Amino acid sequence: MTILYKNQSIATDKQGYLLDFTEWNEDIAVLLANGDNVELSEPHWEVIRFVREFYLTYNTSPAIRALTKAMKAEFGEEKASSRYLYRLFKEGPAKQATKYAGLPKPARCI
Amino acid sequence: MSEAIPNNITDNMTSNRTVAILNTEAPFSSATGKESLDTALIFGSYEQAISLFFIGDGVFQVIGDQNATEIEIKDYLKTFSALGFYDIENIYVCRESLTERNLPENFHISNIQVLSNKDFSQRLHQHNVIFRF
Repeated sequence: MTILYKNQSIATDKQGYLLDFTEWNEDIAVLLANGDNVELSEPHWEVIRFVREFYLTYNTSPAIRALTKAMKAEFGEEKASSRYLYRLFKEGPAKQATKYAGLPKPARCI
Repeated sequence: MSEAIPNNITDNMTSNRTVAILNTEAPFSSATGKESLDTALIFGSYEQAISLFFIGDGVFQVIGDQNATEIEIKDYLKTFSALGFYDIENIYVCRESLTERNLPENFHISNIQVLSNKDFSQRLHQHNVIFRF
């Protein structure tokens, strides 16, 4: 599968995750979110950028528990609860934020 | 995700048992090291207490200053630094295995405990379940 960005097609897997994370940019994040009828707000971006940074540092997409723990260190308790994150990403924060961040789907995550 | 698993299921499995993962192979020569680490992260995601052990060529997994990008494969060793986010804090290395291979105690992650063969074995067998990779 592919998505179209500036007349270029970008390869994704069946669920819409980019096959090559280096092809990502923030415009593409918007496209990926639009495909799911999600409009990205600043709180979404905070998580998306954080997840992307996590991946670039540790070479792995964080599963939900690791995500909340790492977010807590960065943003404090309030923004690191799974309730807060599920409100932003209804299909599952780890799964959905990694998708918009252009990363592979976390293997350890439903 | 851990939230999706009802408590009664985890209780019936291994939640009260301690799990050790024993690593015996060097990284990158096969997929074993990566599979072992993935297994550890899965246990960590489900709040299962887990310890990591490195013996024999397995000690190469934690030795510092390795650069996998030079052989053009994904450097999963970087993921070891994220273990803290999965509450994996018990990491043991066999001293004799380091000595036999002339390796310094120079690791790419902190909080490693280097144990003598005897202590290593003792600690390992305090666990209810051992997965060997």
